[in-house]
Amino acid sequence: MQTLEAPPEQREIKTYYTKVDKVFRGFVSASALFSLVVLLLIAAFLLYRGFEIFADFGLGFITTSKWDIGNPEDTSTAVLGIGAMLVGSVVTAFVAILVAIPFAIATALFIEYYAPRFLRTLLTAVLDLVAAVPSVIYGIWGYVVLLPLVEDWSATLYKYLNWFPLFDVQTPIFGRSPLLAGLLLAVMILPIVTSVAREVYGQAPRDLVDASYALGGTKWGGIKTVVLPFGRSGLVGGAMLGLGRAMGETVAVYLTLNLVFKVNFQILASSGGNVASLIANKFGEATAYELKALMAAGLVLFLVTLLVNFFATVIVNRSRKII
Amino acid sequence: MTTFQYTDVAPQPRRPWDHSRSTALRVVVLVVLSGAFAWLLNSFTGLSGFLGWYVGLAFAMPLIAFVGSVKHGWNMATDRLATSLVTVAFAAVTIPWVSIVVTVYQKGSKAFHAKYLTDDMRITPSSDLLQYGGVAHAIIGTLLMVLIASLIAVPLGILAAVYIVEIKGRFAKMVRFLTQAMSGVPSIVAGLFIYATVVVSFGGFSAWAGALSLVILMLPTVARTSEEVLKIVPDDLRSASYALGASQARTTFRVVLPTVISGLVTSAVLGIARVVGETAPLILTSSYFVAKTTSLTEPIASLPIYIFSSLGLGDDNATTRAWGGSLVLLGVVFLLFVFARILSSRITRK
Repeated sequence: MQTLEAPPEQREIKTYYTKVDKVFRGFVSASALFSLVVLLLIAAFLLYRGFEIFADFGLGFITTSKWDIGNPEDTSTAVLGIGAMLVGSVVTAFVAILVAIPFAIATALFIEYYAPRFLRTLLTAVLDLVAAVPSVIYGIWGYVVLLPLVEDWSATLYKYLNWFPLFDVQTPIFGRSPLLAGLLLAVMILPIVTSVAREVYGQAPRDLVDASYALGGTKWGGIKTVVLPFGRSGLVGGAMLGLGRAMGETVAVYLTLNLVFKVNFQILASSGGNVASLIANKFGEATAYELKALMAAGLVLFLVTLLVNFFATVIVNRSRKII
Repeated sequence: MTTFQYTDVAPQPRRPWDHSRSTALRVVVLVVLSGAFAWLLNSFTGLSGFLGWYVGLAFAMPLIAFVGSVKHGWNMATDRLATSLVTVAFAAVTIPWVSIVVTVYQKGSKAFHAKYLTDDMRITPSSDLLQYGGVAHAIIGTLLMVLIASLIAVPLGILAAVYIVEIKGRFAKMVRFLTQAMSGVPSIVAGLFIYATVVVSFGGFSAWAGALSLVILMLPTVARTSEEVLKIVPDDLRSASYALGASQARTTFRVVLPTVISGLVTSAVLGIARVVGETAPLILTSSYFVAKTTSLTEPIASLPIYIFSSLGLGDDNATTRAWGGSLVLLGVVFLLFVFARILSSRITRK
């Protein structure tokens, strides 16, 4: 029999950060908070510069639809309000998202489930590339190529569907209308919505899809019962990301929508605008007081898009977490 | 006897979902029939041109696919219907993409002449004949501002990713969330912010201001992509480094970051591709100048503003110049993407 020696006293292990590491961690943490600082600064500075406007007009700045500087010497004669622009942002963004969603679903399904393998990687890359095409190029394309087409389509829609309030106009002259801007925005946000949808559809439980095949189901049967319900919340998140993008788009809307300060729900009429294009439009020749109003408009736009994006991010992240 | 009969070899399994001669035939018949339908539609209604053909096909294909397979039962018919609908919708999505590339190339190449990439618009009005002037000033301005923006945004973005992945600090979730929220900041708001701070306080439009507004838009992309890249570094590498007694700083800078250096470059390139065509913030920050300049404190040209301002004139030659600028810009974005793709394929092969 051999007697075992008692095991040595267990050494106490201390973990601590060296001086270098403390500096390193502090430095990295500080720079990581840069985005927080920027977001806060944006809100603070726009509020600071535009505060006078909110003080002068209060909620009227958001609800009235008029942009009248009045006497440039006397700011009390000015009437400024972005109501029509806010409505225009929402209308164009909704046209865009309503058009984009079905196509995004189809494209995502095509890439994930229908396309041959070699096309799949290629299309994913193309999707990223199209998402990075500058908005000014979309804008010039929309202005030169899409505008005459949409004019034709608008005339046809008006001819046959003018009993429907959305497709009615006072004077049947079509052109740079919310429909055109909305369709262009749909083209622009499609890559974002599609890539979010593609990601969630790709993560749908493959064994359930295979099980539906094994039971004799068709491909569409598997997609309808497994993939689409699984990806629903992710799709909603992606759509909201697209909505935020569409509401904040400047140059493309500037080029494809007539800026008119009147609340307009008739998407064929050539009248509308959005907050972002208002800022780009008025910035060049703005008086000092007008500039303050543009800052205030920027703050409103910032808060609205931040809110939309906040919910979108929460939804997308939650749908990722399920997986 | 030396011949063997391999009777015990299992027969090749049947794969009913594979493409066979009969499916190929089915597709051919479908395309021919829908083509005929589209032709009829084009000759007897107001539809015409490429889009007319597309509408005809898009209408006929799902219909014929459905009707043609109803005899196999409802499930088969809806499956075929769904397949053709998805394909047709996907085809519709590619039409604008192709149209953009083709139009930009066709119209843009008209603006090109021998010295288009080396001349500026110093002595040439935008409406002047197309053999004069060029985009050199805009290219220089864009490069300069994007370079400055990258020098600020890339380190900050990577540090944010390091914070989330390496340090895993208390605010890691919050930092990731804020970066995502920041990616939704409309570009014009970024421009307004820089206008309200830098432009107003430091006396006017400048390349600096333009670059700073691009930083805000570039940072989220860099941070997000770098985070994905850092996550693929195997933990074994970190443990090995710690086991050798290295500090966390040393591990990060000498082990983790060098391992994925090409991925980090990819994230920088993607960030650049995101901002190189930003127009709205530059209208408010760097404005426009017709001559080549590298001064950081004065207004400077950039490709997007060159396009935007040429387009605003309404003159034919100016509009062609806008298309020429678009071609250059699209080419730059495309090259950046190919570059990023090559780099990232190198990292995944490791």
